[in-house]
Amino acid sequence: MINKRRPAAVLLGLLAATALIGPPPAAADDETAEPPAEPPKVELVLDVSGSMRARDIDGRSRIAVAQQAFNEVVDALPDGTQLGIRVLGATYRGKDKTQGCRDTQQIVPVGPVDRTQAKAAVATLRPTGFTPVGLALRSAAQDLGTGSTARRIVLITDGEDTCAPPDPCQVARELAAQGTRLVVDTLGLAPDEKVRRQLLCIAGATGGTYTAAQSADELTGRIKQLVDRARDTYTATPTVVGGSAACDDAPLLAPGVYTDREAFAEHRWYRVPVRPGQELRASVSVALDRPVNPDYGVLLRATAPDGRELVRGVDAGSGRTDVVSAGLRWSAAEEESPEPAPSGVQPARTVCLVVSNSFAPRAGTQVTPGMPVELTVDVVAASPAPDGPDLGRGWALLLLLTLAGLVTGLVAGLLTRWWVATWREN
Amino acid sequence: MRTLIRSAAALAAAGLALTPAAAAAAPTPSPGAATVTKAGTSFLTATTITPGQPVRVAASTGDHLYWSFRAEAGQVHEVTATVSFGTARTGASTWTVDVFDGLRRRQACTAGAQTPTAAATAASVALGCTLRRVRPWAEPWSGDPLPGTYYLRLSVTDLPEPDLGLPVDVDLLVGAATGGGGSGDDGELAAPLVANTRAGTVLTAEPAPEAVAEDEVGLTGWLPEPGSRWVWTSAGGVLAAVAGVVGFALTRRARRP
Repeated sequence: MINKRRPAAVLLGLLAATALIGPPPAAADDETAEPPAEPPKVELVLDVSGSMRARDIDGRSRIAVAQQAFNEVVDALPDGTQLGIRVLGATYRGKDKTQGCRDTQQIVPVGPVDRTQAKAAVATLRPTGFTPVGLALRSAAQDLGTGSTARRIVLITDGEDTCAPPDPCQVARELAAQGTRLVVDTLGLAPDEKVRRQLLCIAGATGGTYTAAQSADELTGRIKQLVDRARDTYTATPTVVGGSAACDDAPLLAPGVYTDREAFAEHRWYRVPVRPGQELRASVSVALDRPVNPDYGVLLRATAPDGRELVRGVDAGSGRTDVVSAGLRWSAAEEESPEPAPSGVQPARTVCLVVSNSFAPRAGTQVTPGMPVELTVDVVAASPAPDGPDLGRGWALLLLLTLAGLVTGLVAGLLTRWWVATWREN
Repeated sequence: MRTLIRSAAALAAAGLALTPAAAAAAPTPSPGAATVTKAGTSFLTATTITPGQPVRVAASTGDHLYWSFRAEAGQVHEVTATVSFGTARTGASTWTVDVFDGLRRRQACTAGAQTPTAAATAASVALGCTLRRVRPWAEPWSGDPLPGTYYLRLSVTDLPEPDLGLPVDVDLLVGAATGGGGSGDDGELAAPLVANTRAGTVLTAEPAPEAVAEDEVGLTGWLPEPGSRWVWTSAGGVLAAVAGVVGFALTRRARRP
């Protein structure tokens, strides 16, 4: 009996082995495109206005705390990160507002940092003049230049802008709307309500963060974190695209990440070619870079060129958030795909994508430029529905088969007995 | 005999792997896993973590912190997070941990405190979210969880404005329990739901028609997918054969007094 079972056992062993090894694991898919040519760039913008003299952080003056933090940040600067330092209100001692509001200098140019020189430049700073935050932001953006990667500005201030116009928040919005990706992280030193509002507005408009620093350790830790973050996140820059108001003349998108702007109640159309046997995957995030009413939603629809809806992705929410996202998958149903032409070629179908939002502006909220939209498009092989399982699984199946085998054996045995008995009698 | 023992061992292993896992307990860090001290600030810049890897990040109240992890079919993930407050606050705050799949579609939590509210005097607040079992395949129109990237977003959704910017410490851990086979699903996703993060290119013209790949009708095309069903069914066949022989033998034995 064992001899007879051996081939079966071998087969079973083989099957078990294949099942345990399973299909080969998916290949690494996070391979990014070629490395970007330029290093991460970050500029620290420090307020050196008269109010920085106040001794209210751990019993030390604000400027002393900031200087110490800068020294530590410069010491711990990761290799390859290019750092620049710009100050505002550092030199002009007079009372003339026009002149005082032009008082901003770059004391360390953006580039590979000479640590000694940078520290020396920071050490000589004395709290002096006005607070032209808007102008300093604009100049900092120029210092960082334009390029294909994201740049970061870290703004450290203790006081409200005393020089508007330009309003710093307005400047931040302008900078964010200019193609190049610029993130402004803000740090308030012992901030009051007005400063907080202003810094929150600047951070919100550019997708940055706001921190209220209340001790030297906090300030140092946070600046270090932000400089590190510049290195980790600077490569993620999508392509700028302009969606159109109808599908016919919408831009044709290849797989990848795109960014656009969409105003309140606007519809933005894009087109994606999808071949038969392929699956379209799209996702969209609309950022809330300005105050809106607390309930909102975003809708991403895929339609055929004739306007027929294929699939939709939707999300809604309420309360404070940074982005609202929705996504969808779509592949042509089997019976829907047209017969291949006699020549053996099949044209790609065009699928229209339309992004719409249901944000409501608060009174006084600016309408233009639109809110940042991030669109991800991918076209991959379709995953057809699996066939019904032809095989079974589970202990109940084993029990059933065993019982069936036993019954069959018993019946066969009884039949054989009966047959042999009949044969012998004859 | 050796083959027999080996196959029996393989069958036992397969059987063990297929029994449903015990109810998932709170996730614990994998031994030796390095603590992650970073967090991204958007979907594109989310910090990649692996289940079992603890995360500890210093952040500011109001930051939106993003992490991402990979999920495989059959896994059930449980996210736990603790936000510790350092300084006094002016009022209660509501925190949330949102989970999105690779297409940024919101994923439901089957259990856990997804949006707890911390009182003004609380020293910390605990968040949790248990996700649905990841399915190996789902129709494109469904929102079922599929293998691929999952994004976590931890943020504060409601708080008094003066509390923004205050320092907090965030601890986070993702646990993955594998109760493979329990869903009984078949099918396979051709490509996992992983977002294409490369910068796109705007095409200037419709792509040229492409030759249609001939449908290859392989000799084995009609066979079911390789998988545990083969093992179970084959084992059932063997058991049935053995039982058949035993049954036959029982009737023969009765012949001899």
